[in-house]
Amino acid sequence: MMTPVNPSTPVLEVTGLAKIFGGLRAVSDFNMTIQKGELVGLIGPNGAGKTTAFNMITGLYFPTHGEIKFEGTSVVGLQPHEITRMGIGRTFQNIRLFSNLSVLDNVRIAYHFHSGYSLTDGILRNANYSKNERELTEKTQDFLSIFHLNKFEGEIAKNLPYGQQRRLEIARALACNPHLLLLDEPAAGMNPKEITELMDLIHFIREKFDLTILLIEHQMRLVMDICEKITVLDFGEVIARGTPVEIQNNPKVVEAYLGKGAANVA
Amino acid sequence: MQNTLVEQNSPPVDLKPRMSLAWVGKAFLIALSLLIVYLLGTNLAKNPSLFANIILSGLQMGFVYAMIALGYTMVYGIVKLINFAHGDVFMVGAFVSYYLVYRFNFQNWPALFFPDMPPMVVVVIGTISVIIIAMIVCVLLATTIERVAYKPLRNAPRIAALITAIGVSFFLEFFGALNFVFSPRFIPYTRPFEVVAWYIDGSGIHSIVAGTQPPANAITFSNIFLIIMIVSILVQIFLQFLVKQTKMGIAMRAVSYDKPTARLMGINVDQVISFTFAIGAAFAGLGGVLYAIAYSSINTQMGILPGLKAFVAAVLGGIGSIPGAFVGALIMGQAEALTMGFISTPMRDAVAFAILIIVLLVRPTGIFGEPENEKA
Amino acid sequence: MELGFLIGSVVKIGAILAYLYGLLWVLGHKKLWVKIVGVVAAFAIVQLAFTITIGDSTILNEFDSGLVFQAASMTMIALGLNLIYGFNGQFSLGQWGFYGIGAYTAADITFRWINGDSRGLLVVGIGSILGAVMILGIQKWLSRLRGVPVLSAFTFYLFGSVLVGAVAVVIGNALNPAISPLLGSAYEPGPLSQGIWLQIVYFLAIIFAGVFAGEVSFLFGLPVLSLGSDYFGIATLGFTIIVNTLMLNSDTILPFPEMKGGRGMIGIPKLTTWFWAFFFMLMVIIIMRNVIHSSTGRTILAVREDETAAKAMGIDLASTKLLTFVIGSFFAGIGGGVYAHYIGFLSPGTFDFLAGFNPLIIVVFGGLGSMTGTIAASFGWIFFLEGLLRVLLGQMGPDAPTWRFVLYPIVLLLLMLIRPQGLLGTVEWGFLKAPFVRPRENQHTASDVVEG
Ligand SMILES: Nc1ncnc2c1ncn2[C@@H]1O[C@H](COP(=O)(O)OP(=O)(O)OP(=O)(O)O)[C@@H](O)[C@H]1O
Ligand SMILES: [Mg+2]
Repeated sequence: MMTPVNPSTPVLEVTGLAKIFGGLRAVSDFNMTIQKGELVGLIGPNGAGKTTAFNMITGLYFPTHGEIKFEGTSVVGLQPHEITRMGIGRTFQNIRLFSNLSVLDNVRIAYHFHSGYSLTDGILRNANYSKNERELTEKTQDFLSIFHLNKFEGEIAKNLPYGQQRRLEIARALACNPHLLLLDEPAAGMNPKEITELMDLIHFIREKFDLTILLIEHQMRLVMDICEKITVLDFGEVIARGTPVEIQNNPKVVEAYLGKGAANVA
Repeated sequence: MQNTLVEQNSPPVDLKPRMSLAWVGKAFLIALSLLIVYLLGTNLAKNPSLFANIILSGLQMGFVYAMIALGYTMVYGIVKLINFAHGDVFMVGAFVSYYLVYRFNFQNWPALFFPDMPPMVVVVIGTISVIIIAMIVCVLLATTIERVAYKPLRNAPRIAALITAIGVSFFLEFFGALNFVFSPRFIPYTRPFEVVAWYIDGSGIHSIVAGTQPPANAITFSNIFLIIMIVSILVQIFLQFLVKQTKMGIAMRAVSYDKPTARLMGINVDQVISFTFAIGAAFAGLGGVLYAIAYSSINTQMGILPGLKAFVAAVLGGIGSIPGAFVGALIMGQAEALTMGFISTPMRDAVAFAILIIVLLVRPTGIFGEPENEKA
Repeated sequence: MELGFLIGSVVKIGAILAYLYGLLWVLGHKKLWVKIVGVVAAFAIVQLAFTITIGDSTILNEFDSGLVFQAASMTMIALGLNLIYGFNGQFSLGQWGFYGIGAYTAADITFRWINGDSRGLLVVGIGSILGAVMILGIQKWLSRLRGVPVLSAFTFYLFGSVLVGAVAVVIGNALNPAISPLLGSAYEPGPLSQGIWLQIVYFLAIIFAGVFAGEVSFLFGLPVLSLGSDYFGIATLGFTIIVNTLMLNSDTILPFPEMKGGRGMIGIPKLTTWFWAFFFMLMVIIIMRNVIHSSTGRTILAVREDETAAKAMGIDLASTKLLTFVIGSFFAGIGGGVYAHYIGFLSPGTFDFLAGFNPLIIVVFGGLGSMTGTIAASFGWIFFLEGLLRVLLGQMGPDAPTWRFVLYPIVLLLLMLIRPQGLLGTVEWGFLKAPFVRPRENQHTASDVVEG
């Protein structure tokens, strides 16, 4: 059974996490603690190991070393779907929608564990099925309308405009009812207007769903604007952490992004 | 505002301490291997020379499979296609040689032009030319198939090409089975040269005189076995050299690793793919001729099972790996021979697949395959 | 003559498909009286088609009804495969093996029954029920432990199955003496081996055959589904070959002398009527439709679309794939039972792995992920290949049957080159479509809505 979560327990506590691919240390000795309600950014140059860290937290990769605790419970060695059901939702860097299914179905799939009826009910098409399926669908429709996706509900996911696909992916992750949401480059490929909308959306869902959010992003405007804390990775190692202002003035970070010597020039 | 759209509790996940029970599976596998070892051990003790003969017949089969498996593994490595028609190319190789030998007596051509040539040399040159012609026909056939049936589908879903491959395979089998083509019968194959067999017993190697039986506890082998073994090993070395040392081989590896990038590097991807099909077909043709010589009966469906087993061998060894295909083929040959010898002949196909499944469970990418990381 | 035959056949295929469609529409109707009237009318129509004579023959003759039975069992097999491959994305060549298992199992039950031996029904029945209990029990137990490797789980299920099998055989042998006097023998049928009782046994035989095929697929699928997609394909091909080998040696390796190994099993009661054929086919179609349009069905599709994303949505890949595989094999087993009791004779040659490509080709032809397409393609296929080509090419001399197999790869090649997604793609018609979802007006107040 679920143990009641002590309010002082961090939502996510990562200690000494490392992942080695063949000879490549994608992540080494990664530590991070996120308290409930925080909005934390994870940044770093390309190939720094950010996505790999996400994959370990969500169980897609098995860590070479280290411990990951979610709300006080270790999740290392759990299957990805078990971790999701415990309350970690995520989006992917290269959008991974169920691209040949409708927008409605994309979200209904995420709702599967709250569907309220079994396969047998479904096969018999009994009253339980009809009632719950209708409720599920209505719930999904309401949910989509929050994200302004309701007008697309019958649309096949891959036909959506790019920005809407990102939005749908976030909506779908939220439908799994996460306590902790991991966003992998949500603003990738967006224009400035879309980024502004995305920032509003992130603020909004954080309030509405009482979320803790960890996000990877290369768009500095977004990170600096909305994150309260930032951790910087480079070559798999944490090189800095702190508030946006601290990070912006950290010479190590500038060096990691712009190359050696740049810090002095700046 | 309290959100009512999402229920507040996720389904409970039981968080009992991790208890993996991995030992159960391991114990099962160990018990299975012990059983096999016991079975083989008792049979070895009972009749060592029979055991050795079975091992030799397994080796012979394995070396033939190896020649077919190479084509499968290279083609799959490059275009990720299970080329079902490969086994039928093998069949065509056997039939071409049959017509050359039986209808045209082609293996004797050197004697027509050079009457004083010693018969031994005539047979060697004649047989080699029969094999080369069969290989050329197979190469032409395979490149045509590739051009007509697979190339247009390179960007279609993978299943489309697979279905096409199955279609081509059926076409070759049943077109061949028409009475005016090869006919559906089992046709006795005329060998281009005589079989010479030897036996080994306590006192050394003796040749078997035609019409006599070797002593009961002797180990027998024939020139066909030696030829197949040597040819198969040479092919293996040649391919290893081709892939590792030549420009074409490097291009093949590049294409199998990453097609778009290879194209950007100026590699003619289509040409490399055609070349891969051609090489595979050449050795399938060679294997077909040797198979026909060894087992002396041919039929339009003869390629199906050897082809399938060779593919299994390729998967077993780690698909895409040339040494893997070779080792996998030898294992397949042994499994088949031992099953036929000590369990029951009909179960040989079943055992081949059972081995495949067990190996894949323990090593999902085959014996020589590189472990794959899934991309997320 | 040929032209008339050709037109007649095409008309017949069309009529049967229209009939099926109408039947499904009726069954899917909300009002009960429409259902009842519709079903009675449907029954009457076919009965009439078999009795009304035009010229010198009935509208549907023996040959046609044979084709309809074959098409019905092919529909079940192909639907099962479409579920596994088209909807779940697992490339399987094992469907033919499960079809064979279903055919032989069902045939053995009824064959023994009419020959005064009730053990077939008892052992398979008890075995498949206990087997289901065993599987569900072990599954429940294992789901509470974390990280049990596939091989270990498989070992448990394997030993469980062996145990269940032994128990079933013991119980069957114990109960048989009580029942067999009521069965009589093949020459003097007892009260239980004729009439309504025989129909009930036939029904049970087919259901148990399906369940048994499903259980075998569970045992086989558990380890094998964890392999990658192509490897799974090859392993399932191996499965079909193994099943075929066992059939060929059913009287030597397996202890079933009545199956007569490679000589083929004869004397199976021909109990499949068009009513039963349609009954089982409709059952399969309806189950399939309801599975696909349920929440679990959507997870099945999600696994096909993107496994990683499915995992991130909390979907248990392994059990979803296994569930799909078991349901698909269940359908194949039912199809096998129907086929065996139509043809009355089972030969291992029918279940050769080469013929096993047929359902795959049908599924791809009709469209991966389209039930409508699969049903149409199954009927079209049987009529085209078994009916038309066989009859038309029959006039071409001894090579004729071979020509059939020369022509059909060519058709296949052309189809793949012209329309690789199949005839219907993923389109569904009418009854088979997803339940209609009414678009909703936005019911939220402005304060609820994020600006964007
Ligand atoms: N499955 C894998 N197998 C081998 N190497 C991998 C794998 N996944 C990631 N890597 C390597 O690990 C390193 C870190 O990759 P990762 O995707 O985590 O970077 P990232 O910080 O997310 O970069 P980006 O900003 O480009 O997304 C890279 O060098 C990458 O090539
Ligand atoms: Mg990344």
